[in-house]
Amino acid sequence: MDIDLLSNILYAMVRTGTPLLLVALGELVCEKSGVLNLGQEGMLLMGAVVGFVAALLSGSLMLGFLLAILAGVAMSLLFGLIALGFSANQVATGLALTIFGTGLSAFIGSEFVGKPIDGLDPIALPLLSEIPLIGKMLFAQDPVVYLSFALFIAVYWFFRSSRPGLVVKAVGENPHAANAIGLPVMRTRYLAVMFGGAMAGLAGGYLSIAYTPLWVENMSAGRGWIALALVVFASWKVERVLLGAWLFGLASILHLVFQGLGFSISSNLLAILPYAATILVLVLLSRNQIRARLLAPISLGKPFHASS
Amino acid sequence: MIKLEPRGQHSKLMAWLSPILAGVLTLISGAILFALLGQDPIEALHTLLILPVADLYGISELFVKAAPILLCAIGLSVVFKAKVWNIGAEGQLLMGGLIGSACALQLIDAEGFWVLPIVLLSGMLGGALWAALAAWLKTHFNANEILTTIMLNYIALNLLIWAVHGPLKDPEGFNFPESAMFSDSALLPTLVEGTRVHYGMLFALLALVAIWVLLSRSFLGFQIKVLGLDARAARLAGFREKRLTWIALLISGALAGLAGVGEVTGPLGQLVPQISPGYGYAAIIVAFLGRLQPFGILLAGLLMALIYMGGEMAQINLGLPIALTGLFQGMLLFYLLACDVLINFRIRIPALAKPVADTIAIQEEAAR
Repeated sequence: MDIDLLSNILYAMVRTGTPLLLVALGELVCEKSGVLNLGQEGMLLMGAVVGFVAALLSGSLMLGFLLAILAGVAMSLLFGLIALGFSANQVATGLALTIFGTGLSAFIGSEFVGKPIDGLDPIALPLLSEIPLIGKMLFAQDPVVYLSFALFIAVYWFFRSSRPGLVVKAVGENPHAANAIGLPVMRTRYLAVMFGGAMAGLAGGYLSIAYTPLWVENMSAGRGWIALALVVFASWKVERVLLGAWLFGLASILHLVFQGLGFSISSNLLAILPYAATILVLVLLSRNQIRARLLAPISLGKPFHASS
Repeated sequence: MIKLEPRGQHSKLMAWLSPILAGVLTLISGAILFALLGQDPIEALHTLLILPVADLYGISELFVKAAPILLCAIGLSVVFKAKVWNIGAEGQLLMGGLIGSACALQLIDAEGFWVLPIVLLSGMLGGALWAALAAWLKTHFNANEILTTIMLNYIALNLLIWAVHGPLKDPEGFNFPESAMFSDSALLPTLVEGTRVHYGMLFALLALVAIWVLLSRSFLGFQIKVLGLDARAARLAGFREKRLTWIALLISGALAGLAGVGEVTGPLGQLVPQISPGYGYAAIIVAFLGRLQPFGILLAGLLMALIYMGGEMAQINLGLPIALTGLFQGMLLFYLLACDVLINFRIRIPALAKPVADTIAIQEEAAR
């Protein structure tokens, strides 16, 4: 395998991993605050369809991304209203959000299936993108990929060195204690859920405006769910989310690798790889029950009532 | 401001009213949506919900659509009772269809009464096998079943697509991604002459009764319910949690597999890539909407089948996108969850409640 091919594979790996990274970072913040939002797939699809339609109709990719993020936030608020406001079961509410988002996005996008737009162009940074092997991977990407790098660093810093990051963790570990010392539990959780929605919306926009770029019903193909598994894979650690997202990016483009190596395997069978890999990492990471429980935020998925 | 106040106990009445309330809210939202789309809301709702079943043929088609949904939903009621979140009915249905088809194609030259039972059993086995994978991953590796079953759905779908493009493709089918038509011995007979209603509906009704007996009248069902209500209590009582998880998942997988093989040997007659327009996911809504109770599931399943048919009808008559079906399903589930809040909470409007409290205080004062 020559270095050009390898450099291209690394480039595609990061590109493919970007939506996963964005969704997983959002969900990580959400879960750190103790809220399990299984609606990522629905928010992702809504971001994708709203972003695409907005970009197509207005001709402005920027507006597309903005509305994609807003669509994600709107969906997350719907989740927040029912799961946090009404203390409904978070698992069921998240599932409902996904089913609702899948239906609504297909409905909104039905007239726009297969229409082409001029997607987001990559911007190669001078000199840096010339670095052999990793130059193209890190410095010849489109702006959203660069933004995902920045967001990764921001979230890493947020949990490592910021006070609000501590508040989020406190609320996720022990909401009653957090409440007792006067931390705003509900507000923190709402904000965390909204951040998750914004990230999923952005990731959706990335899929339909930059990555593909077009709208197809159900185009996220389980990426929202894979991102949820990524958070488990990352043991709720930010730096591992990046690693995991890119590894999964690699698993999704393995058919390119195989083609490069001259193998011929049915593309339908290779399409199974990312899903099988997800199951595999879940198995590896959850095998030790005690360890798995120690890593997750203690109050994950449990509703909180200030009075109780 | 509106406040939620814990009731302190489950409201049985609200538990049954909530699905009805959710249905009404979905109808209202639907009417608003139609009005926004420039349709006459009444006519649109009529097209969606009445027109599909306005004649006998329509009613028979309702049963055709309801059969797979009901089979999946009944199975799900067992796992959900055990609080095992099997989201994989869709994949289990697809595997049932796939394995059943492979079997039917193997026996394409065979004749005899034994062909169909073998095909059906292989389909059930396919579904059960797919659920067994999830059970194994959960009990042995502690892997979250929501994520594994969803991943298994995507894997099953890709396997199915691979199979119809590859090993199971009809050699004489002009390269269409479809299998050959099954032989007559492998086809489910119709229940009523002149319609497409097949034995799948009968299986669904039998399963409904069987699961009712299991859950309400057997010790095994009791154990499953205890496990779901309080896993610690179940453990203390010596119930074997892993065994119960296995049993619940196997039952649910086998029934979903039966739904899948029922589709390919029933209305389809061959393996195609689109066995199911999301029946396995719709069944989740049906199970919740039907309160995990057999009779409730029957009603909810028929409603869901109606929404599927209504979506098609709205597409033909009103030119609305077929995705309307998914939208209505999603709304229904969301409203249900919101209304379910009323089972455990009552709504208080403090601004209104205060004067009442004051009046009581005054009355008490006066009484003294």
